[in-house]
Amino acid sequence: MKRKEFLQLSALNLGALAIPKFMLAGREIDESALLNDGIDVKIKKELADVALNAAKAKGATYTDVRIGRYLNQFVITRDKRVQNVANTESFGVGIRVISNGCWGFAATNEVTKEGISKCAERAVAVANANAKIKANTVKLVPQKGYGQVSWKTPIETNAFAVPVKDKVDLLLKVNDLAVSGGASFINAAILAVNEQKYFASTDGSYIDQDIHRIYPTFTVTGIDKASGKFTTRASFSSPVGMGYEYLNPKEDEKVKGIVTRYKDRYDILEDVKAATEDVKQKLAAPSVEPGKYDLVLDPSHLWLTIHESVAHPTELDRVLGYEANYAGTSFLTMEKLKSGNFKFGSDIVNIVADKLQKGSLGAVGYDDEGVGTKQWDIIKEGKLVNFQAIRDQAHILGLKESQGCCYAQSWSDVQFQRMPNISLMPGKEKKSVDDIIKNVEKGIYIIGNGSFSIDQQRYNFQFGGQTFYEIKNGKITGMLKDVAYQANTQEFWNSCSAIADKSDYRLGGAFNDGKGQPGQSNAVSHGCATTRFNGVNVINTARKI
Amino acid sequence: MAIYSKEEAQKLLKKVLAYSKADECEVSLSGDASGNIRYALNAVSTAGDISTLSLAVSSTYGKKSGTATINEFDDASLEKVVRRSEELAQLAPENPEYMPLPGPQEFKDAITYVPATAAMTPDTRAVAVATSIKVAEDAKLEAAGFLENSTSFYAILNSKGMFAYNTDTNVNFTITMRNAQGTGSGYAARGYNDIGKLDTYSATKIAAQKATGSVDAKALEPGKYTVILEPVAATYMMENMFRSLDARSADEGRSFMSKPGGGNRIVDRLMDEKVTIYSDPFHPELPAATWSRDGIPLEKMNWIEKGVVKNLSYSRFWAQKKNVQPVPFPSNIIMEGGDASLEDLIKSTEKGILVSRLWYIRMVDPQTLLLTGLTRDGTFYIENGQIKFPVKNFRFNESPVIMLNNVEALGKPERSISVESYRSYLVPPMKIRDFTFTSLSDAV
Repeated sequence: MKRKEFLQLSALNLGALAIPKFMLAGREIDESALLNDGIDVKIKKELADVALNAAKAKGATYTDVRIGRYLNQFVITRDKRVQNVANTESFGVGIRVISNGCWGFAATNEVTKEGISKCAERAVAVANANAKIKANTVKLVPQKGYGQVSWKTPIETNAFAVPVKDKVDLLLKVNDLAVSGGASFINAAILAVNEQKYFASTDGSYIDQDIHRIYPTFTVTGIDKASGKFTTRASFSSPVGMGYEYLNPKEDEKVKGIVTRYKDRYDILEDVKAATEDVKQKLAAPSVEPGKYDLVLDPSHLWLTIHESVAHPTELDRVLGYEANYAGTSFLTMEKLKSGNFKFGSDIVNIVADKLQKGSLGAVGYDDEGVGTKQWDIIKEGKLVNFQAIRDQAHILGLKESQGCCYAQSWSDVQFQRMPNISLMPGKEKKSVDDIIKNVEKGIYIIGNGSFSIDQQRYNFQFGGQTFYEIKNGKITGMLKDVAYQANTQEFWNSCSAIADKSDYRLGGAFNDGKGQPGQSNAVSHGCATTRFNGVNVINTARKI
Repeated sequence: MAIYSKEEAQKLLKKVLAYSKADECEVSLSGDASGNIRYALNAVSTAGDISTLSLAVSSTYGKKSGTATINEFDDASLEKVVRRSEELAQLAPENPEYMPLPGPQEFKDAITYVPATAAMTPDTRAVAVATSIKVAEDAKLEAAGFLENSTSFYAILNSKGMFAYNTDTNVNFTITMRNAQGTGSGYAARGYNDIGKLDTYSATKIAAQKATGSVDAKALEPGKYTVILEPVAATYMMENMFRSLDARSADEGRSFMSKPGGGNRIVDRLMDEKVTIYSDPFHPELPAATWSRDGIPLEKMNWIEKGVVKNLSYSRFWAQKKNVQPVPFPSNIIMEGGDASLEDLIKSTEKGILVSRLWYIRMVDPQTLLLTGLTRDGTFYIENGQIKFPVKNFRFNESPVIMLNNVEALGKPERSISVESYRSYLVPPMKIRDFTFTSLSDAV
């Protein structure tokens, strides 16, 4: 049995706080090692040149090399105790080549000139083996070399520089607040990520990047012993492309309302108190009456619906059939794009792809095939106008350059097309959440993301949430439970009837967007403001066993 | 070198352990060598070849533990990693749930390693895929598939003298066939320890039949139907439940295995009496590791016997707290069935739906294990014992516990992989009454 599997099995016992699988692949290291920068950039360039030259000598017509050092820290607590503190590092080299017109890839953790040279030869051998049978002939759109450049996530405080003790103390304080407030159990964790990536290619780029992400999270569990019923409420935090400053609360980054939600700063102590109260209300709430409702969706919820129903079906590899054997294809086709009038949503729906947005998980200077990042429209005034494409796909869309959304989860995985941040633009007119609710006769206001499922062409979806409030005649009347909604993607986005203005705009996101075979995780954010959808089908999820 | 033999691993681990000064120390070594090839639209898209080797050291003083890892193997590095884990242990908070390390144990050798699988190369993978692509071209269909093989080992030695080693090989193959119009889709999945058992030709043929047969699907009203789940569908439907057979969460009141008023459901009748679920690392069709991470030999163990909950897993800590013997988490899961073939199950069905595969299953309510997901890649209407026509895909909302109370018949168990985790299970095709479909999907 593999060590990785043992870790996965133990992670399953963490319930809602299961660690993304890909993060467990690294080896554990001590805290101080998280702060050094790894090997010098000059040495990285020398090693990269070894790969480029070795592959060329074996007949490669294009080569890129990624020397990656991936650092993760997990501080995981439960009730009054620390369950696990782990520092992991994964260091190695991935080499991708084109030989005989085909892609080949190999990776090794032997980061020496000899190890890299052999790895480059293996990558060429893989390409040549594929060329013997039928393989795609790769067509790369041109990309200028940038020379020696660098990029760093704009952070205020490196999360790895904050002592583990401070994180443990904060999380145990969170847990104390929940337990003293009447929660049955609480799991709380802080996950921090640092990707130190060096990219070089035969196009003449040598790109050094230092990327940071953080995700503080908790799940409060409440149990009604008499009935044996239990329920949970997860934190309203988001994983973000920031440093530890995300955990320093700021009043002007709070969104007040029925419960406080958060923009670029998170108040974990305030949120856990609210969550503990929410759990009590949830246990006592009436079960929803199934039927049609107008849904008012908070950004902490709607980001996931955008992710599943907009971001995935606009990935060009899905559209073309390259993901058919795993995640599936797409209801969006080249014909629908070319027609120029495919009505994806109502006129107020504007959706943008973006790799630049500050604080987002997708923000980098250059993607994993050395393309500078950018922003472009996907849906404009309700109409489908573009997809997401990388260097070997750009020619299919008639683009002169890649859109810069190529990513690999580590040095040991081959890079491929991954979604950029895909966000719904806020309403242009001044509109508050109260303005959106006041016109609803029969509705449900949903906060936080819950259960999610969508078909392999992204037509039919079902979503749950964290908390659900009934709206009657323009007023919130109280909490509901057992709520999930089902819809068809195109009908749903065409029922979009109101979007709050930019003052309500927030990012949600995930560390573990899965795609590909072997499966890879991508970290991505989705922004939006509170949005209303009319006449959506709501089901009741309560059962007895 | 990524794969060490038992003797090589033991020699290295002994050398590392000799550096230890802690109260307790555990050292482990793991390695993995894998290769893959992916194709779509009848042509190879990506392929890769990856190897890794890593050493981990956990040192403990009292109840304070620290772990450090390294992938360099000279003597100085080996001593450094031991010292580093000892420093971390001194700084760590006390873990009130720490259990002393187990002493020497006898572990039987697993039957999980097959030399022919370990010997696979980029060329042998390409040949296996070429066979599959040829089937697609001959049938004028589009193939998208993935073939991956891995060889790995894991070895542990601790300061109480426990040594354990396991090595295994695995090969997984999945294939989706679609017609060019996008109106038909079929799928097959295979997972083995032994490459000799993998036939990419016949698996692709089955996917091709499903693709051709699912064209022109008709819409049926959602509602409760008798369904026949093929093993790959049944496996995915039950995997969440297999992973939730844990006593602690049940005793804490936050599991479908919790009893109202307190305690867990061991000895309760929870499912139909046709349902027996067990684990057995020595099953020839599904060999698995013979020891658990906490140093306990794994033997045959019943979890559900004739519908009654027989065992839940107990960690060493929870077992001590509850004054019972620890029950390790299993290394495989097998569900008993009968002798009936899939065709026999179809023949015995008056009205029903044949489900080839399920997709995107997620938990809706952990209290009842209510799951939602969809049918995919071949859904067919059955009437009077015959497949009549393909039907459009459904979304379901159903609990595997409710489903296993509604068992009409079970067929012959087959080795099958979960389409999300790629783990292998041994599961029968099953006929279930009153399976709840809640909406229609236009997806093909």
